[in-house]
Amino acid sequence: MPPAKAVLTWLALAAALAIPLAVAATSPLLEWRGPVYIAAGLAGVVALALMLLQPLLAAGLLPGLPPRRGRRVHRWTGVALVLAVLLHVAGLWVTSPPDVIDALLFASPTPFTPWGVLAMWAVFAAALLAALRARLSPRTWRLGHTALIAIAVTGALVHALLIEGTMSTLSKAALCLLTAAATAKAIADLRAWRMLRRRA
Amino acid sequence: MTPILLTRRTLIATAGAALALGALGLRLPALAQGLAPTPSMRGGANNYRPGAPIVERIGNGGFWMTGTVRRAGDGAPLPNQRIQVWAHTVEGHERDPESHGATLTAADGTFRLEMPQIVPAFGQPHAHLAYDSGDFATVFLRPVMRSAKDTTLHADFVLQPA
Repeated sequence: MPPAKAVLTWLALAAALAIPLAVAATSPLLEWRGPVYIAAGLAGVVALALMLLQPLLAAGLLPGLPPRRGRRVHRWTGVALVLAVLLHVAGLWVTSPPDVIDALLFASPTPFTPWGVLAMWAVFAAALLAALRARLSPRTWRLGHTALIAIAVTGALVHALLIEGTMSTLSKAALCLLTAAATAKAIADLRAWRMLRRRA
Repeated sequence: MTPILLTRRTLIATAGAALALGALGLRLPALAQGLAPTPSMRGGANNYRPGAPIVERIGNGGFWMTGTVRRAGDGAPLPNQRIQVWAHTVEGHERDPESHGATLTAADGTFRLEMPQIVPAFGQPHAHLAYDSGDFATVFLRPVMRSAKDTTLHADFVLQPA
């Protein structure tokens, strides 16, 4: 990749991640929220932003980070993603325990909640597969991780789009669109579904 | 044997009578059952605090919670019923005691309580209401505002004996 194009790619990515975060971090709603609730909400935005980064790293789509190096970073951003999801749920639990208990029991009145809980379990399961990777067949690992992140991304995007929260409608829609496109591109490039035909 | 006269007039009269009877028949069970009680809403009881005091208004006000309380069956308005209200507002979280307050219904079964502006929390701009005085079955409501900019929200209770 020519250096100018590489610089532009990184600048565009930095903007795609930083603008939604900056907008959420300056939302007027924050004035009426305590620090734990603010941190919980922002952890959710960070998790969404990391979900845009993950497929780009896994498929080696970022300049200077070809697949092998990209995946090393992918592992650490994966750990950060799990931590961000944990902070998001824990912070909401401290802010309003009954709402989070309803969420985890799939008994929430809000339509976006089950999507978020589904995405949470899919992220945890995808990370667990990554941790156990050495003990798994390539078929189980690749098909499992790909299927789980497809569920996680779908759940997280629907969850985010249905929420009336600190993210602005426009920057949230843009981040969700980019995340969906990056995930689809990475899945298409890595072609894990070939494993369906070949029995390991 | 009397021949059956089927003229246009008798046909219309008979059909009309049949339709009227049918319509009445369909309506009768509904009339007998009357006004159905309001079921509690999902999540309605979240962050409920039993025994919140009756107040002139919650905090500094600026937002109006309105509603009606009626009896299941005949729909009679219920005066002097205690309704508790709480929400995430510009003055506090749902869990804060000062975010909670109660009011009594007027002679016509209506209530209105001034409270601080409700702001979106946990993904929706919403309020919580409770009827919890024991004469009737407890009901928890969780109405959602159409827009976060609304300065009023309405909730209707239809109560059945406990």
